[in-house]
Amino acid sequence: MTALTAPLAAIGRPVLAALAAIGRVVIFAAQIIGHLFRPPFYPREFLHALMQIGWFSLPVVGLTAVFTGGALALQIYSGGARFNAEAVVPSIVAIGMVRELGPVLGGLMVAARVASSIAAELGTMKVTEQIDALATLSTNPIKYLAVPRVLAATLAVPVLVGVGDAIGIAGGWLVGVNRLGFNSTTYLQNTYDFLESWDVVSGLWKGAAFGFIVALMGCYHGMNSGRGAQGVGAATKSAVVGASVLILATNYILTELFFTA
Amino acid sequence: MITLSAVTKTFGKNRVLRGVDLTIPSGQSMVIIGGSGTGKSVLLKCILGLVHHDAGTITLDGQDVTKGDRDAFLARFGMLFQGGALFDSLRVWENVAFRLMRGPGKRPKAEAREIAIEKLRRVGLKPETADLYPAELSGGMQKRVGLARAIAAEPEIIFFDEPTTGLDPIMAGVINDLIREIVTEMGATAMTITHDMSSVRAIADRVAMLHDGVIQWTGPVADLDATPDPYVQQFIHGRATGPIAAVR
Repeated sequence: MTALTAPLAAIGRPVLAALAAIGRVVIFAAQIIGHLFRPPFYPREFLHALMQIGWFSLPVVGLTAVFTGGALALQIYSGGARFNAEAVVPSIVAIGMVRELGPVLGGLMVAARVASSIAAELGTMKVTEQIDALATLSTNPIKYLAVPRVLAATLAVPVLVGVGDAIGIAGGWLVGVNRLGFNSTTYLQNTYDFLESWDVVSGLWKGAAFGFIVALMGCYHGMNSGRGAQGVGAATKSAVVGASVLILATNYILTELFFTA
Repeated sequence: MITLSAVTKTFGKNRVLRGVDLTIPSGQSMVIIGGSGTGKSVLLKCILGLVHHDAGTITLDGQDVTKGDRDAFLARFGMLFQGGALFDSLRVWENVAFRLMRGPGKRPKAEAREIAIEKLRRVGLKPETADLYPAELSGGMQKRVGLARAIAAEPEIIFFDEPTTGLDPIMAGVINDLIREIVTEMGATAMTITHDMSSVRAIADRVAMLHDGVIQWTGPVADLDATPDPYVQQFIHGRATGPIAAVR
């Protein structure tokens, strides 16, 4: 290799590796989507995943939302005071929660909780040969392990986002009324009047996309985990980092699509 | 009959299988011996399609294993994994009856449970074991549950990957005897991977030695001690000196 081509090769290798990784994830996602509509279906695994991902994530999403809503109210109040716009607190808290903070923070919290747990579980199954065992028992591991989790997350996260939105707005209301001196009825009326249905629905669509991403990353990295405890640890880390970055990137793309198109 | 012809498999720069030729006749128990890291498990996984071989052909009754209906192909196999590979989230009986409760041969739950308990009894486990989770079992019991799962659907071909690894000599003897009995009574074709010589003598009709990516020697178990092959002699007597490098 000449001195001229060596730097090009040094750039090309990681670029090719990154493209190959993206290709593998896309193929994995396509396989999952393909299996969604073909029997056999595994309702028991789906319901179990729905409980694990949806129901058990409620506390963490709720706590995140209530504190975020409260902090948002304080920030908007103090920022708005600079140009005598304190009255916008209810409407900006509501729009900020349902359009952005509800879905994004909810998605990130679910990524931390669910993507890590899925990747660790499936990674352990991989290194203990349980995934190979599934295949020898004539059961497609993607269909049995990944499809129920991805479907459950895609359906559960929008619901979590909806609940998180309501709790976040309630957090803003609590701070607004008790700390900033807003009239309770006026605060709620302003919130209701200002919000449009698309504000809420767009956040729910974001939630569905983030749910898909979270479970996809957890399943992909878990099922492709390296050997031993280190391999499972690396898979878990990659799942959370990958899901978080993809959520933020997807959020930008969806915001462009929903609100500037 | 399973036939492997010039099968190769490479992982990165590591050429694990360099042209394996081997025939496993129907109804026979073939044991593959060889040092750690010589590709015995890879060979077995290539036959099952869990690992895709790079070149060569693997046929089952003349049919290329990479072609045709994969579910129908896998339905003919049972496998006992080295660590048991039991599903943590399922009870013991659900592990054993896993195949019986899914797919074309699906049975009602009660019937599948009954069969599972019968198979557990066959491998020497009490019915009370059925409702435990794998984590509540000892290593020997987990192997037996794995064995019960492998035979639950009465497959034609059974693979055993290091069936006695990690077991005490008595439990290893019990597992060896069970494997021999089950293979004989089911008339199944068996392929076992091990480096435990007591397993070889208890289980094998024929033995093949895998070394350096190829089958170094193959023959009836009765010929094992008498063969002049230096690789086989070094391996079965556990000598540190010989053609097989002690440090690999």
